[in-house]
Amino acid sequence: MANEVCLRTLDLERPWLLEQYQSRGGYEMLKKILTEKTPPEAIIEEVKMSGLRGRGGAGFPTGLKWSFISRNAPGQKYVVCNSDEGEPGTFKDRDILRYNPHQLIEGMIIAGYAIGATRGYNYIRGEFWEPYERFEQALEEARNAGFLGNDLLGSGFDFELYTHLGAGAYICGEETALLESIEGKKGQPRYKPPFPAHFGLYGRPTIINNTESLASIPMIIEKGGAWFADIGVKNSGGSKLFSISGNINNPGVFEIPMGTPFSELLEMAGGVKDGRRIKAVIPGGSSSPVIPGDQMMELNMDYDAIAAAGSMLGSGAVIVLDDTNCMVKILERMSYFYYEESCGQCTPCREGTGWLYRVVQRIEAGQGRQEDLDLLDDVAGKISGKTICALGDAAAMPVQGMLRHFRDEFQYHIDHQRCMVGVG
Amino acid sequence: MTITTAKDKTELFAPAIRAEIDRWVAKYPPEWKQSAVMGALMIVQDDNGGWLTTQLMDDVAAYLDMPSIAVYEVATFYSMYELKPVGKHKICVCTNVSCMTNKSDIIVEHLEKKLGISFGQITEDGRFSLKEVECLGACGGAPMMQIGKQYYENLTPEIVDAILEGLE
Ligand SMILES: Cc1cc2nc3c(=O)[nH]c(=O)nc-3n(C[C@H](O)[C@H](O)[C@H](O)COP(=O)(O)O)c2cc1C
Ligand code: SF4
Ligand code: FES
Repeated sequence: MANEVCLRTLDLERPWLLEQYQSRGGYEMLKKILTEKTPPEAIIEEVKMSGLRGRGGAGFPTGLKWSFISRNAPGQKYVVCNSDEGEPGTFKDRDILRYNPHQLIEGMIIAGYAIGATRGYNYIRGEFWEPYERFEQALEEARNAGFLGNDLLGSGFDFELYTHLGAGAYICGEETALLESIEGKKGQPRYKPPFPAHFGLYGRPTIINNTESLASIPMIIEKGGAWFADIGVKNSGGSKLFSISGNINNPGVFEIPMGTPFSELLEMAGGVKDGRRIKAVIPGGSSSPVIPGDQMMELNMDYDAIAAAGSMLGSGAVIVLDDTNCMVKILERMSYFYYEESCGQCTPCREGTGWLYRVVQRIEAGQGRQEDLDLLDDVAGKISGKTICALGDAAAMPVQGMLRHFRDEFQYHIDHQRCMVGVG
Repeated sequence: MTITTAKDKTELFAPAIRAEIDRWVAKYPPEWKQSAVMGALMIVQDDNGGWLTTQLMDDVAAYLDMPSIAVYEVATFYSMYELKPVGKHKICVCTNVSCMTNKSDIIVEHLEKKLGISFGQITEDGRFSLKEVECLGACGGAPMMQIGKQYYENLTPEIVDAILEGLE
């Protein structure tokens, strides 16, 4: 049930080594595709059938994204992997890079073959030194084994793959900011359209996918799209890596089928620390609206179920908060993050994130005004949908979620100049 | 805008540094040397005890045939570049939500007391500096910090003491 796709080598000793990956059938799919000259369309069809949706947060169907590239257009095309992993609460791509880097490499080569790209870049966040070294070592092994370079296994297909290292900027996780960053510029998102499929890295057609999305590809090819789809549930194919953290006994990364009840995931993670009550869960990274604990205990971990509860599965980063947490304080910290990380390019985000942070901060500090909650609603509403990239929405959604479910806690802070949570 | 072309490129950096930068340059299309700017800045920063001087940024600009201002823009945008001196050991403590709810404040207080400095400062002997950082993608090991290239997870004040003692 668990660890069937991206973490399938985790039980091996030094699972990151080429020989270990190959002992589990690694690179066999690449060999098969290259020797049989599988039509690229058939690969894209398989990925479509798998129901794989982008694991970086937006959940866009991967196969569909690949089909937007005009394969036969002349000139360079690129495959770019997003290993920026900056959404607070998310720490799964780090494990793929550290423990199964070859599966990501194989996935990227297959993606290149499918869209007719001969070059790829993996953008790894600059703080991830250990994962970077692992990935570089794996690239070296793959190159020596003839899986990277020119005329792979005598097929006439060339593919080269390089790492680009970030240097600390959450916004570079946004796909067009990431492309700017590879081009040696500050990471400011581009207007869309044009989308990367038409105008991507160096102005060339580009697909950009999350680490987990790309690392899922070899297994989808090996066992078939239908196999992958069947692991999960309707509209949420496959298994998913959940990074679960917060007030729990056994935090970590769990690869489990989409649609698994949250209560089971919580149990795998050892339950709430010190036997305390679960107050709230942020189900899909810090941008996803909070869900009260009781409600969360009834939900399944898939796109539709979490969306029906008014939030998002996002990157699968689950932050569990027990009843010692003050929600005003939690929101203050999150709002500070978006304010800090806004690239400043558009006014609603640059100014709005500052407003959100300052107002939540004064409520936290016991200086809130009666009109502040309406003000927060108003500012959040003015950011949503009015910015160049989705960081604006990412800043507004947590505010809206907190006010929807924990308004009384904010009101209490304003009325009594202090927290209603004992330890707040 | 200044474009430094006066110096011969071989005069700009020591051969080992040049070789490292060239490794980055080789990863990108020949007409996109600029793509190597992030790697190059990190290399010269590490070589300079962890921070960038204007001279170093200008040298990187010259080496990669970029206007200096384009290099400054990059160096000021990304949080891992330092434009002022830092300690020999730059201690970066995450205070984002998962770390916060696992008592990162206790770690911060402990470090501040132990070292006698706050975020953004360096100890008098120059050995340590403290920096507050956003989520480092290791929330399963909260509270956590990074020193140099290394992550340290599941911290307690005692563990922090042992880690600092182990550093040169
Ligand atoms: C502010 C912001 C930060 C993002 N950070 C990441 C990230 O760290 N990793 C990631 O894979 N996607 C991130 N994304 C989503 C990417 O823009 C993009 O949708 C994704 O990389 C596409 O790959 P996928 O379809 O495989 O998910 C971010 C988006 C925004 C707006
Ligand atoms: S929404 Fe914010 S982060 Fe995104 S482009 Fe605008 S200012 Fe930059
Ligand atoms: S919140 Fe500290 S590493 Fe993620």
